[in-house]
Amino acid sequence: MTEEERKRRKREGLQLLEKISMPEQEPEVRARNFKEVPHGYTAEMAVEEAWRCIQCKNSPCVQGCPVEIDIPAFIRAIQEENFQESVDVIKRTNALPAVCGRVCPQEEQCEKLCVRGKKGMPVAIGRLERFAADWEAEQGEAKVPETAPPNGHKVAVIGCGPGGMTCAGDLALLGYEVHVYEAFHASGGVLRYGIPEFRLPKDIVDRETHYLEQLGVHFHYNMVIGNVWTLEEMREEEGFEAFYIGTGAGLPWFMKIEGENLNGVYSANEFLTRANLMRAYDPDNYDTPTWVGENTAVVGGGNVAMDSARTALRLGAENVYIVYRRSWEQMPARDEEMEHAREEGVDFRLLQNPIAILGDEKGWVKGVKCIKMELGEPDASGRRRPVPIEGSEFVLDIDCFIVAIGNGPNPLLPDATPELKVNKWGNITADEIGRTSIPGVFAGGDIVTGAATVIEAMGAGKIAARGIHDYLDGDMSETDWPAFE
Amino acid sequence: MFEIVSTEELGPRIKRFEIKAPLVARKIKPGQFIMLRIDDNGERIPLTMVDHDAEAGTVTIIFEEVGKTTIQLGKLKTGDELLDFIGPLGAYHDMTGGEHGRVIGVGGGIGNAPLLPKVSEFHEQGLEVTGIIGARSKEILILEDEIKAACDTLHICTDDGSHGHHGFVSDVLKQLLDESTDYDFVLAIGPPIMMKVCRDLVKPYGVPCYVSLNTIMVDGTGMCGSCRVSVGDEVKFACVDGPEMRGEEIDFEEMMARQRRYVDEEQCALERYLKEVGE
Ligand SMILES: Cc1cc2nc3c(=O)[nH]c(=O)nc-3n(C[C@H](O)[C@H](O)[C@H](O)COP(=O)(O)OP(=O)(O)OC[C@H]3O[C@@H](n4cnc5c(N)ncnc54)[C@H](O)[C@@H]3O)c2cc1C
Ligand SMILES: Cc1cc2nc3c(=O)[nH]c(=O)nc-3n(C[C@H](O)[C@H](O)[C@H](O)COP(=O)(O)OP(=O)(O)OC[C@H]3O[C@@H](n4cnc5c(N)ncnc54)[C@H](O)[C@@H]3O)c2cc1C
Ligand code: SF4
Ligand code: SF4
Ligand code: FES
Repeated sequence: MTEEERKRRKREGLQLLEKISMPEQEPEVRARNFKEVPHGYTAEMAVEEAWRCIQCKNSPCVQGCPVEIDIPAFIRAIQEENFQESVDVIKRTNALPAVCGRVCPQEEQCEKLCVRGKKGMPVAIGRLERFAADWEAEQGEAKVPETAPPNGHKVAVIGCGPGGMTCAGDLALLGYEVHVYEAFHASGGVLRYGIPEFRLPKDIVDRETHYLEQLGVHFHYNMVIGNVWTLEEMREEEGFEAFYIGTGAGLPWFMKIEGENLNGVYSANEFLTRANLMRAYDPDNYDTPTWVGENTAVVGGGNVAMDSARTALRLGAENVYIVYRRSWEQMPARDEEMEHAREEGVDFRLLQNPIAILGDEKGWVKGVKCIKMELGEPDASGRRRPVPIEGSEFVLDIDCFIVAIGNGPNPLLPDATPELKVNKWGNITADEIGRTSIPGVFAGGDIVTGAATVIEAMGAGKIAARGIHDYLDGDMSETDWPAFE
Repeated sequence: MFEIVSTEELGPRIKRFEIKAPLVARKIKPGQFIMLRIDDNGERIPLTMVDHDAEAGTVTIIFEEVGKTTIQLGKLKTGDELLDFIGPLGAYHDMTGGEHGRVIGVGGGIGNAPLLPKVSEFHEQGLEVTGIIGARSKEILILEDEIKAACDTLHICTDDGSHGHHGFVSDVLKQLLDESTDYDFVLAIGPPIMMKVCRDLVKPYGVPCYVSLNTIMVDGTGMCGSCRVSVGDEVKFACVDGPEMRGEEIDFEEMMARQRRYVDEEQCALERYLKEVGE
């Protein structure tokens, strides 16, 4: 690229106040299929978008990224059309760019702090990251970096979600013998069983898993740790010296309202697991059944609710409602998912809250009684608290109800490990580098923080990998281990 | 992959398989279950452990061919392999609490399979075990000899009178309790309706009654809530809080309604499968 060209590009980039839009399937079409919604940038679009970045010296965007990707550097490489270099920069700190580019809540993280967002839209950092990762995938097998020579230490990673996978990859690079144990028959955690194909194609998860296999990570599926082995047995009989627990937030919360056990009422976990992991959306080829009503209501306002609603549409529901007790601005879901849901025809019923589910004589859902809400004083989280409006009850006719109000920590492993301290909600207690109350046992991700994000779980996996390295091969000794009350 | 090391037909549409699964075999206890998936297109189904051999590394299951997955399973032969075999799942309950006493074990239909390891355990622990087992008719009554070996007294019932007492297991249970209520507990395993009848019957005698719930499951690890049941004011997950539970407060009507959630879809899967295999 000539200097002249660079100048022109820079000028043009500065003038563009909006992100280059990403081509996607038309709403009417995609609302009935499970293929990925956005097609991703072409190389041309990516370069054009990349030139919107002004390469800030202090790069505020980086502070917004939990794994501190060198954002200006990777975007710079795209400007110069050095796509491989761009991937290399990203991969220095983020092992799963194809995933993060798609599912990170960018508007709350990197893009929130981008200076271009002060006037107009921020640089589409997520889309560019996705582009770089997808470009690499198109080139064939990913480059497998040289790992350090085996150091003789054996580490177990429990739970194969994004946190566990990140931790496993980092440790393998450092020369550890790493074994990942997963309760399900497949890798990925929520990336596999929760987030639907149309948002995160499963071949991306397969590709990342394959990459880790090439790094020498051993995967063991169908292993419910706690039941099949206790940590103590793994230490004594299998010779594991350190552990990373990344078992996630897999305990569905219900609303505890009348009628919640009627037929046609699902937890989002059940609904999505049937559809995603067990592929119930393809009944001609897979045996696991699922069911969706003509009129389906989803309660909740997060990504889980959006995923459930959009899956229900794709499974054939005529009308899909999202019932949420606050307003649009307060929904915790990613902006893009909310927009996509709305375009696809999901009917948002805001400032309403279900108070009872009504059933017919055969035990199936036939309606949901809701109450209207208004926003009152801000609560502890700073969001205005929704308060019910007395006497505003009404009934919404539905035949399927999906509860997507959140998940707690799955107690199975903590229950089987009494020395492992948990807080009053059941989350494993861990310090800032992931150390738990048992020496040699680290934990991170949703099981520690409560339901959070993919990138935060990956950040925790990364920090714990460093901690484990320090513990087994560095300065940290058993006596340094913190005491937990 | 998990190899099937032996197969045996116990009755029409009822089979016993021994599966090589050393890690499961080492740990699994009476009352716990496994989930299996035959192949990548299959669903995960729960089956109770009937026997296990830690040394040989095998787990025995017994199943009735009732739908797509169990019929497909029944076609497999010694030497074939299962794709997934997950366990142990469910809670282990030591019902005796180390006390030596008298108990009644009731089994109905395929429920006699999960009953066997329980009564065997009670017997080994030195309890006095009275067994009541039943089935629709003699030819589908399974495990009579094995259960007999674990019981001090065994009563047999068939709905059609082709063997033992002509009538239901609950008739015999009532008789026994009328004679004496000096039992530490009753354990009843079988179809939900049978467990409900037994539970209702036992209640007025003031004897604790345990049951084993066979709700519809997806993961079996407490992650989805498909298996939830109302127990008094609480909601419990059969896969982690159970499957064995105290029966007094279980809402069986709700549970039975929930079992019918997928009848149409299951029927479709079965028809599609039978067409595929030309039956
Ligand atoms: C439907 C849905 C949509 C979401 N969308 C987004 C999004 O768009 N963007 C975003 O950033 N975040 C999103 N999230 C949140 C995000 O997925 C999680 O924060 C993240 O996956 C947590 O990662 P983790 O590694 O802690 O655990 P998980 O991904 O939860 O994985 C834990 C794994 O551990 C396994 N496990 C549990 N117990 C055991 C045991 N005893 N033995 C062995 N294995 C065990 C589980 O089977 C599971 O595979 C979403 C979550 C859901 C449910
Ligand atoms: C903890 C547990 C332990 C079990 N142990 C045994 C066992 O040891 N031996 C055995 O034969 N069966 C057992 N079952 C039942 C077994 O899981 C089902 O028979 C099996 O899932 C049916 O699958 P299918 O595809 O062949 O039939 P489907 O087509 O799924 O169902 C056929 C018929 O069976 C009914 N059904 C479906 N799922 C269940 C279920 N979970 N429980 C009861 N009925 C069901 C349906 O309503 C339908 O009428 C157990 C179930 C649970 C939850
Ligand atoms: S990983 Fe997430 S937060 Fe970090 S740069 Fe990428 S999209 Fe932004
Ligand atoms: S803040 Fe925005 S414009 Fe500045 S370097 Fe980061 S991405 Fe580029
Ligand atoms: S089967 Fe999913 S929670 Fe019990």
